[in-house]
Amino acid sequence: MSSTFLGLPSFPVAARESTRDGQLRANLRHATHTIRAKRAVAVGELSDWGELRAAGAAIKDHTLAHLDHYLQQLEQAVTAAGGHVHWAADADEANRIVTDLVHATGETEVVKVKSMATQEIGLNEALAAQGIRAYETDLAELIVQLGDDRPSHILVPAIHKNRAEIRDIFRTQMAAWGRPAPQGLSDEPAALAEAARLHLRQKFLHTKVGISGANFMVADTGTLVVLESEGNGRMCLTLPETLISVVGIEKIVPTFRDLEVFLQTLPRSSTAERMNPYTTMWTGTTDGDGPKEFHLVLLDNGRTDTLADTVGRQALRCIRCSACLNVCPVYERAGGHAYGSAYPGPIGAILTPQLRGTATELDASLPYASSLCGACYDVCPVAIDIPDILVHLRQRVVEGGETVRGGVKTVLEPAKGHTTERAAMRAARWVFTHPAAFAAGRRAATATRRLHSRRLPGPGRAWTDTRDLPAVPAQSFRAWWQRTHTTKGGTP
Amino acid sequence: MSSKDIVLGRVRRALAGAPADTTPYEQAIARAYVREHGRRTTEQTVDLLAEHLADYRAHVHRTDAAGLAGLIARLLTDRGARRVLVPAGLPPQWPAAVDATRVEDRPDATHDDLDSVDSVVTGCALAIAETGTIVLDAGPAQGRRRITLVPDHHVCVIRAPGQVVASLPQALERLVPTRPLTWISGPSATSDIELQRVEGVHGPRRLDVVLLDDAG
Ligand code: SF4
Repeated sequence: MSSTFLGLPSFPVAARESTRDGQLRANLRHATHTIRAKRAVAVGELSDWGELRAAGAAIKDHTLAHLDHYLQQLEQAVTAAGGHVHWAADADEANRIVTDLVHATGETEVVKVKSMATQEIGLNEALAAQGIRAYETDLAELIVQLGDDRPSHILVPAIHKNRAEIRDIFRTQMAAWGRPAPQGLSDEPAALAEAARLHLRQKFLHTKVGISGANFMVADTGTLVVLESEGNGRMCLTLPETLISVVGIEKIVPTFRDLEVFLQTLPRSSTAERMNPYTTMWTGTTDGDGPKEFHLVLLDNGRTDTLADTVGRQALRCIRCSACLNVCPVYERAGGHAYGSAYPGPIGAILTPQLRGTATELDASLPYASSLCGACYDVCPVAIDIPDILVHLRQRVVEGGETVRGGVKTVLEPAKGHTTERAAMRAARWVFTHPAAFAAGRRAATATRRLHSRRLPGPGRAWTDTRDLPAVPAQSFRAWWQRTHTTKGGTP
Repeated sequence: MSSKDIVLGRVRRALAGAPADTTPYEQAIARAYVREHGRRTTEQTVDLLAEHLADYRAHVHRTDAAGLAGLIARLLTDRGARRVLVPAGLPPQWPAAVDATRVEDRPDATHDDLDSVDSVVTGCALAIAETGTIVLDAGPAQGRRRITLVPDHHVCVIRAPGQVVASLPQALERLVPTRPLTWISGPSATSDIELQRVEGVHGPRRLDVVLLDDAG
């Protein structure tokens, strides 16, 4: 587990903080509504969106069903192209591998392009503990790093900061990390971008080690793909002598051709563009062009545990576009930090409790951070049925049962009587007592959703009654809540 | 046991519960999506490319073989470029009218050397009309990846319609995956500050695209 996210408060506690912060809520609302509208236009341009979405889901499902085969094929292809492949069962192992690789170069500084996987494993902190400084180079990540802050959105990690706040961070913090901010820096976005360009330029030109993630890995050719906008990705992927990429094992696609689906669906779902400004594809190393050494670290860290769950494994289709965040009424009000991991919003609510388990209060409360409205499912470019997984995970929290942790079958205790129970109840309560979050959800739910849950999703009910139910509409959950909430009164 | 064995073992155990999926890859994915959106003449496809490049703030110019050298020279002069980089395989007539100092793309040049270059002129592997994208594959007229990255101004010549495809699926069919590929859709940009789009962060801040008529 990442040290960055250790000891964070459970979802409802953190969400309460954010909802009190008016500036944060205004920033979030503006941002999510803007991207949401743009995405709809970009997606509307493609008459075959439904077919692309279905194909994306099918490619990912097929790959996951043969993941051992494709992982080995990938390893062979990358090795044949001059790269080195490392396997990491968990975060500690991945951090150790990367640290050793950097030590072997004799360097103490690395440039990094934004990567969810390295945030998940807390790589920067692990490197710092070994005397290696990692410079984040994505503008938003730079803002977050200089501000000693945490990312709050997958695509726009500093979405919670406005221009004046960013200017202040640049003015006061840049000098400690390298070239100081220009004199008289204004809060114009163009001026702030220019300040970042100047600040990072020398680092790009002189740093010998680059660290990245990847959006896709092509099994049959060994090709890695990174999509980005600013050019910091290209800098990190081509200028250093050594490149280390840390990538989750679920990022594989079988063939180069499969990219024709995701390169159409990802940019439009993510930045709402026909195509993002820059995409880099590389295969091992190329003589005289780019890094001389390439290391690929394949990361498990809970992914195989997720794969073992036949309902939850869909979450591994995720291509991290962030569309589900932008339509989520709960995310909009709670903010990204409340989710307590690198993965905020609906995807975080289903992925984090699977990658980390539901033993902590935070992780047990995440499946409740939703009104089950289904808007996330509707926009998801790989058709992950997020509400269905949420319901499934709620059952797991309340009833316990068989699951896999660290590759080993484990029987989970029901949450009843534990602090996780209270955390889950509080998260549910937070959603229900925020009328806007809940009402928005309810409208969408009654209009479009069909929940095929086997059991009642409410925590209290399921504790005492574990009958199988044929089908439960989202309204029952609300009805359940109103009943239990009003009879109990006070904080459950 | 190696970590590789551990991870692969976990994968196999995770999949063991369900009945094995024996559908081969070729049949597992229904590719009901289209190869191209809409129907266009060759000319319309080139127009669409120009329109979509401009949408993302690339500067688009059209010329024929006779006008090319003059146009490239003008674009560099307008920019005030004093040092111009050209890859070794660039057709010699393209930069023939350029006054600025010409710098070769040397393998032993440092990144700092490149940083002192004002502009770079290259060709491309192909361009995609539907998305407004240029793809470079480090071919002879394009050079190493870094030369189109460090200088602040990139002039890219696309032979049209010869190098123009309509859609992304058509582009992937034509590309060689094992070459280093750089896909460019407009100059570098960020929307990280209040979602306001700002062109030009780390890559070239100005992208001039020349559509060179090769129809005749
Ligand atoms: S769950 Fe779907 S919508 Fe959400 S980030 Fe992943 S791919 Fe995008």
